[in-house]
Amino acid sequence: MRYQFQFEAVFAEADRILNGVLLTIGLSFGAIVLGLALAVLLVAAKSLFGRWVGMLVDAYVELMRNTPFLVQLFMMFFGLPLIGIRMSGTEAALLAMTLNLGAYATEIIRAGVDSIHRSQIEAGLSLAMTKRQVFQYVVLMPALARVWPALSSQFVLMLLASSICSFISVPELSGTAAIIEQNTFRSFETYIVVTLIYLALALSLKVSLLWLGRRIFPRLSSLDRLDAKAEAA
Amino acid sequence: MVTFGWPEALFIFRAAGWTLLLTAIAFLIGGLMGGVLAILRLSRIKLLRRFAAGYILVIQSIPVLMVLFMSYYGLSLFGIELPPFLAASASLAIYVSAYLAEIWRGSIESVPFQQWEASASLAHSPAQTYRYVILPQAIRISLPPTVGFLVQLVKNTSIVSVVGFVELSRAGQLVNNATFQPFQIFTLVAAIYFAICFPLSRLSRHLEKVMNASRPH
Repeated sequence: MRYQFQFEAVFAEADRILNGVLLTIGLSFGAIVLGLALAVLLVAAKSLFGRWVGMLVDAYVELMRNTPFLVQLFMMFFGLPLIGIRMSGTEAALLAMTLNLGAYATEIIRAGVDSIHRSQIEAGLSLAMTKRQVFQYVVLMPALARVWPALSSQFVLMLLASSICSFISVPELSGTAAIIEQNTFRSFETYIVVTLIYLALALSLKVSLLWLGRRIFPRLSSLDRLDAKAEAA
Repeated sequence: MVTFGWPEALFIFRAAGWTLLLTAIAFLIGGLMGGVLAILRLSRIKLLRRFAAGYILVIQSIPVLMVLFMSYYGLSLFGIELPPFLAASASLAIYVSAYLAEIWRGSIESVPFQQWEASASLAHSPAQTYRYVILPQAIRISLPPTVGFLVQLVKNTSIVSVVGFVELSRAGQLVNNATFQPFQIFTLVAAIYFAICFPLSRLSRHLEKVMNASRPH
C-alpha cells in the first residue's frame, strides 16, 4: 500500500500547536520550580525535625514513587472535587505534576545531603551555627550541586510525563495532538510533528539544565572535580 | 445507579492481571532488544555505536505516549491493523529497550577494564570474553537498577489504556464512569499498583545494599 503523507492539514493548525507547546512548557516549568521548592522543604524538614516528620515524608515519597502518575492525576481531577476542592484540568495537572516531581526530587536531594561529609556539618556546628544554618549554608548547595545531573534527568522525565495530562483533557501538546487528529484525520502526520516537537523540547531542556547547573554551581562543581581527582590519586 | 461493590472490585483485580502480563511481555521483548542495543552501543564499529546511541537518545527524549500513538497509527497505515494488546506491548517494548540498554551499557562499562585485558590475554574471543568474564559480573551490577526500572514499567503500562486496552487504570476509569465513586475506586487502583511496585522498590534497594557491601573497598 502506498501512503500519501499530507502535512498541510497539520501545519494549518500551527496556532493550536503553539498554544499546546506553551502550555506544556508552562506546566513543566511550574512543576519544576514548585516541585523543587517542595522537595527542598521536605528534605529540610526531614533533617531538622524528629523521626515522625521523617517518617511522614518517607511515606509521601514512597506513595508517589510506587503509583502511576496517571492514577495520581485521576485522584486530583476526579477525587478532590468530592471533598470540595474543585480545580480545572490544568490546575489539577499542575498539582499532580508538582506532587509527583516533588517526591522524586526529595529522594534525589536526600541522597545528595547524605553524601555531604560529617566533618562539614561538625565544622559548621563548631562555628556556633544552628542546625538550620548548617543545613542552609553548609549542606544544601553542595548537595544540590552534586545531584544536579540526576535532578535534571528527572525534570526531563517530568516534561515527557506531562503528555499524560491529555487524559484529563488538558490542552497541552499531546492534548492538542488529539484535537488536531480529530479535525484532520491525519493521525500519523499529527503524531510525527508532535513527537518531533517533544524531542526538540526535551533536548533543549536537557541542554539548558546542564548550562544552568554550570552557572549556578561553578565553584562547587569544580571543587567536586578536585575531590574526585584527589580520590583517584 | 450502579454502586461500587464486589463485582466492580473483581473487575479491577482481573485487570491487574493484564497489567502484570503486559509488564512481563514488554520486559522480555524490550530486554532482548535492550541487550542487543547495549552491545551495539559498545561495539568497535562506529556506525553501529552511533545507531544505537541515536535510537536511545530519541526514544528517551519522547513521551512513551507518542511511541504508543506512532506504533498504533503508524503501522495501521501500512495495512497492519494491530489489536490494542499488540500495539501496547510493542510500544512498551520499544520504551523498555532504550532504558534497559542504557542501564546495561553502564553495567558492562563498570566492569574494570583489566578484566577485558585479562580475558584477551587468555586468548578468549570477544564473544567468549562477554560470556565468561564480563556478563557474569555486569549482570550482578545491573540487578538493582534493572529491578528499579521494572517499577517504572509497571507504572507506565497505565498509559496504554488510551488505545482501548483494558488494564488496571482503564478498568478503574470504566468503573468510575459507571459509579462516580472516584475516591474508593482510584484508591483501590493505586493500592494495587503500590502492592506490585513497593516490594520491587524494596528489593531494588536491598540488592543495592548487598552489592555495595560486597565491594572490596
